[in-house]
Amino acid sequence: MADSAFESRIEQALEDETLRRNFASALGAFAARRRSVFPDGRALERLRTQAAAIRDRALARLPELLEELESRLTANGIRVHWAETAAVGCRLVLEILEAHGVRRVVKGKSMVSEEMHLNAFLARHGIETVETDLGEFIIQLAGETPAHIIVPAVHKNRAQIARLFQEKIAGAPYTEEVTELNAIARRTLRERFREAGAGLSGVNFAVAETGTLCLVENEGNGRMCTGVPPLHIAVMGIEKVIERLEDLPPLLRLLTGSATGQRVTTYVNLISGPRRNADPDGPREVHLVLLDNGRSAVYADPELRATLRCIRCGCCLNHCPVYARIGGHAYGTTYPGPIGKVLTPQLLGIDRAGELPFASTLCGACEEVCPVRIPLAHLLRRLRAEAVRSPASRGDRRGSGRPDRLERLAWWAWGQAVQRPSIYRAILAGGRWLGGLLPPVGPLERWMRTHAEPRFSRRNLRRILRRQGIPDA
Amino acid sequence: MSLAPRKPARVQLFATCLVEAFFPETALAVVELIGREGVAVVFPPGQSCCGQPAYNAGFREEARAAARRQMDALAGELPIVVPSASCAGMMKHHYPRLFPDPAERAAAERFAGRIVEWSEFLVRGLGVRLHDTGPPLKVTWHSSCHALREMEVVPCAKALLAGLERVELVPLSHETECCGFGGIFSVKQPALCGAMAADKLADIQATGAERVIAGDCGCLLNLQGAIEARGLALRAQHLADFLRERTRGG
Repeated sequence: MADSAFESRIEQALEDETLRRNFASALGAFAARRRSVFPDGRALERLRTQAAAIRDRALARLPELLEELESRLTANGIRVHWAETAAVGCRLVLEILEAHGVRRVVKGKSMVSEEMHLNAFLARHGIETVETDLGEFIIQLAGETPAHIIVPAVHKNRAQIARLFQEKIAGAPYTEEVTELNAIARRTLRERFREAGAGLSGVNFAVAETGTLCLVENEGNGRMCTGVPPLHIAVMGIEKVIERLEDLPPLLRLLTGSATGQRVTTYVNLISGPRRNADPDGPREVHLVLLDNGRSAVYADPELRATLRCIRCGCCLNHCPVYARIGGHAYGTTYPGPIGKVLTPQLLGIDRAGELPFASTLCGACEEVCPVRIPLAHLLRRLRAEAVRSPASRGDRRGSGRPDRLERLAWWAWGQAVQRPSIYRAILAGGRWLGGLLPPVGPLERWMRTHAEPRFSRRNLRRILRRQGIPDA
Repeated sequence: MSLAPRKPARVQLFATCLVEAFFPETALAVVELIGREGVAVVFPPGQSCCGQPAYNAGFREEARAAARRQMDALAGELPIVVPSASCAGMMKHHYPRLFPDPAERAAAERFAGRIVEWSEFLVRGLGVRLHDTGPPLKVTWHSSCHALREMEVVPCAKALLAGLERVELVPLSHETECCGFGGIFSVKQPALCGAMAADKLADIQATGAERVIAGDCGCLLNLQGAIEARGLALRAQHLADFLRERTRGG
């Protein structure tokens, strides 16, 4: 019954009762924690306005701010690299690793590295990458991609994780105790931190004014990745730069509060350079790879630019009724949920991901919670219009979201009917005459998979109103 | 949240396409509830659909044509009362965005200023007092996404329900979660739409109420269709119809 690969993934996800239960319980808890950490609604609204303004201010001067960032980072001893595409970014990382003869890498959580498919690329070049964030560690063991941008293994429950550990980690007993599971992961990872020739990480914000990379986390693995191995390579999307150090506190407050409902994360790492001579530890070299990968094109459109405000908190996922029911994998993209539906077609091209913006009821629950006030529903509508306007291309036309000829014809006819009162009234009269006897084909067939056939009313509203003496004008 | 002008002598009714085709009694209920307060209702005959279906489907040109038609058909200065929050939201918040031309945009903004969702008009514009004449009844309420987040009129609807002395309102546990309709979404993603509707129905059933009241015809079409397909002993009803039923002869 599914018309596209996306639709069949959706149908599969909907049939997976365990998956739906796992998501429903996890997301419900996140939403509740967010409410408790922001008890004052008005204060939250002010903070959101402030954060949106901070992000807009930075984006308004993005090109010069990136130059400022580069010069400050360089002055701090951090080497900056520019990657126009994911492929270039992967190659840059590989070159740095190869120059140091590194074969083993420990890695902190980074969605940009997922976007680059960096692990697979490095593996093809004989470099082993070990994910050290617990969630990422779990999905790496399972051979999966993150199901959520903050909580990568949110789709798995404790029993599933216990079985996975027992299966994949030598000597691991079956246990559903969180502390024991944590201990197993910690024991396994501790060795990896010691052996690794380099640490890879993402970046939450980069401060142009001071040349500082900010990274928040709860497990300490980020600090280990960025501090223990002799080489640290950070990857970051070019939009994550902010102007000043003082911009950081409100953004961090909103990021952690919106993401996990915490006031502050256990670790807030501010990285401002490699080990200095007197320092007892820290990496000898720090590199930053700045990834564009389509962001410049997003930036160029004044309306779509709001997409780049995103601070990747995942709050829109946590509050999305579609995401809650199908989870992250069904989207088939690096970034799932509302922000994924907005960002992905812009990064990959509307012809490759145009179907995504249509998989929303436009309910606005995401917009209501977005800490930087991205007008997600509005951007989804805009991208739908892009899909309609996009030229025909080969490949999966359904997946492109581009309406087929029949749909275009239907909307043309609809346009004629709503513009011409005589046609419109004739259609209403036809409906009254037909009642519910429409043939169940096309959209009606799809409606009737889960609904009874809609029945036109037999009553003529206009005639009744006239009889009641309601004037026409 | 805009305030309707204080008790105008007359208002225009924009029935909406869903009401005309599927729920004409809802328009009649709105006319009666407004008429009782001494306000005359006029029905401009050139009206059709607000254009939201095309707008949300990405067909901007067709949506613009629909918007022009309504702005033309509903010309004048009178407030325009709309019995569905999502259509009202389209006309109030999205019409101005449809027109790049400054003159047309200005006209759309003036038009948007006249749009008032019916329950808000009853509460804030007319200050209605209801007299409940029905038997004791338990109902539940579904907040439509557009009533809640776009028109912000849910407090008005709840104030009207609270005015019914013998009606007990049992809240849903996920009152503000979308019912899954989403216009074109319901036919582009039928499985998702069905799953969301099913969850909403389960939530409704868990309240023990046999009736769910809402203020948006899209949600009602979705919920009633899903109820009938499952043969459940539930009923989805527009708030205006419910108010008319409860205050008949009062």
